[in-house]
Amino acid sequence: MTFPTTRPLPPEDAPLTVLGIESSCDETAASVVRLDRTGPWVLSDVIATQVAEHAPYGGVVPEIAARAHLRVISPVVREAVASGGGWDAIDAVAVTAGPGLIGALLVGLQAGKAIALARGLPLVGVNHLVGHLLAPFTRVHGEAHVTPTFPFVALLASGGHTALYRCDDAATMRELGATRDDAAGEAFDKVAKMLGLGYPGGPVLDRLAERGDPAAVTFPQAMRGRSLEFSFSGLKTSVAQHLAKHGQPPTEQALCDLAAGVQRAIVETLVRKLLLAAQQEGIPRVVLGGGVAANRGLRARAAEACAQVGVTLVVPPTRVCTDNAAMIAYAGAVSLRSGRRDGATLDARATWPIEVALERSADTRSAVAPPAPVAPSAPVASWDEFRSTSTRPIVTVAVR
Amino acid sequence: MAPLLLRRPSLRRLGRALGVAAEAGDVIALLGALGAGKTHFAQAIARGAGVPPTIRVTSPTFAVVIEHSGRLPVHHADLYRLADADELAEIGLVERAADGLLLVEWADRLPGVLPRDVLWATLTPARPGERSLALTATGPRAEALRAVAAQWEAARRA
Repeated sequence: MTFPTTRPLPPEDAPLTVLGIESSCDETAASVVRLDRTGPWVLSDVIATQVAEHAPYGGVVPEIAARAHLRVISPVVREAVASGGGWDAIDAVAVTAGPGLIGALLVGLQAGKAIALARGLPLVGVNHLVGHLLAPFTRVHGEAHVTPTFPFVALLASGGHTALYRCDDAATMRELGATRDDAAGEAFDKVAKMLGLGYPGGPVLDRLAERGDPAAVTFPQAMRGRSLEFSFSGLKTSVAQHLAKHGQPPTEQALCDLAAGVQRAIVETLVRKLLLAAQQEGIPRVVLGGGVAANRGLRARAAEACAQVGVTLVVPPTRVCTDNAAMIAYAGAVSLRSGRRDGATLDARATWPIEVALERSADTRSAVAPPAPVAPSAPVASWDEFRSTSTRPIVTVAVR
Repeated sequence: MAPLLLRRPSLRRLGRALGVAAEAGDVIALLGALGAGKTHFAQAIARGAGVPPTIRVTSPTFAVVIEHSGRLPVHHADLYRLADADELAEIGLVERAADGLLLVEWADRLPGVLPRDVLWATLTPARPGERSLALTATGPRAEALRAVAAQWEAARRA
């Protein structure tokens, strides 16, 4: 059985409505975004979080994640489409293809492929990190938030990533530095675990730190020089040494002080490197992203430090910072407009540097004939071809 | 072989020596508490196995397993977040890693999932800035790697 030819995109000057699917870690998310001349508007934004299921393990458990994604992907997509205007409004499908947990990524990826094939819609794989870097541009009607202006320097800090990027436009982004060992969110989670606090560790430490004295216990900040690389593994060692020497904090206040000390070591490092990157690149605009950007201590310290040196700081709302599918839909819309298409062979990637992802889209773009009000569609994909080229189990998704 | 007392640079040098000696199919399990230096030691072994310095050997906690290309493939895994052996089987870690060197952090979380021939490296904080490293070999290849470590230690003491 052959599926119908992929539909062409709407003309360049018409709105483009994209269904985005995200399942790279512990959130299953789907969103419908309409990109028109006034910007990317989020029509629906559905997230099923698995944090409660992971709490007993003190972290995200990947295979639990994959199974839970499987369980909720269909209802999440259905809900996003229903509240986003229905299937007929969707022009294309964008899905996170990496980086992330392979098992988790595959659930969203195969759902996206199945929907695209069944409905004859163009499909595009999106780099999760590119999604995060474009996330601050997504807008919700009635929500007041400042969107950044290119070029800017961005700090993405989450449980799996911690890196600095230079973003010149929606298709030109470069990594300036990243962590050599642990991600900032991982450092929060692991220190929280050492202190017997729950998961996720960031919000707990953040809350405790607000009532603590950061000068009571100080921890070393690694990579103090001009390097834009991070290192957080030494912090775990320092906390372990502190606990070996002094034992677990005896009082609530001692725990708060310790949390404040840890929080300061992480936050100071992040803010210092962010401003260092802005200075080295000569760009007085910085943006925070990733789950750690929800940390109140980081937001406050970044605002203070940026104000001191006259750098504009954009801190998007938390829904934009944490994993979501609206950013994937928007990044997919940008990618589709540049002429990129993916097909049945799109595969999940555990690691996928943004430079590689963007190069790929640049290559595709140059291969597209210039006068193209309607972008060329992907080769006809048949079910047989889909099955023969896909080495992964196929996820069945209910399509209304 | 008594545990070795090593400062950071020595730990790195020994890691490199083990990486240089590693062959496809070798498995090194890294044990120790949070902050004991497992990732640090794994980074050094990966460098010794030819993973170029331009490649960041970051913590595999989030990704569970990260594959690096060196002189031979280096599979750097972390079982910290896995709950049971079935999950490891689903990932196919041991089968996947047979073509290269497998470095596993937190392998003691899921005992019995690794092949028989494993070099168990246990890191414990000793005096400030020092780590105690205990090596146990459970097969001929692991024994060969442990001999490399013993030789390295003898040369260091000489």
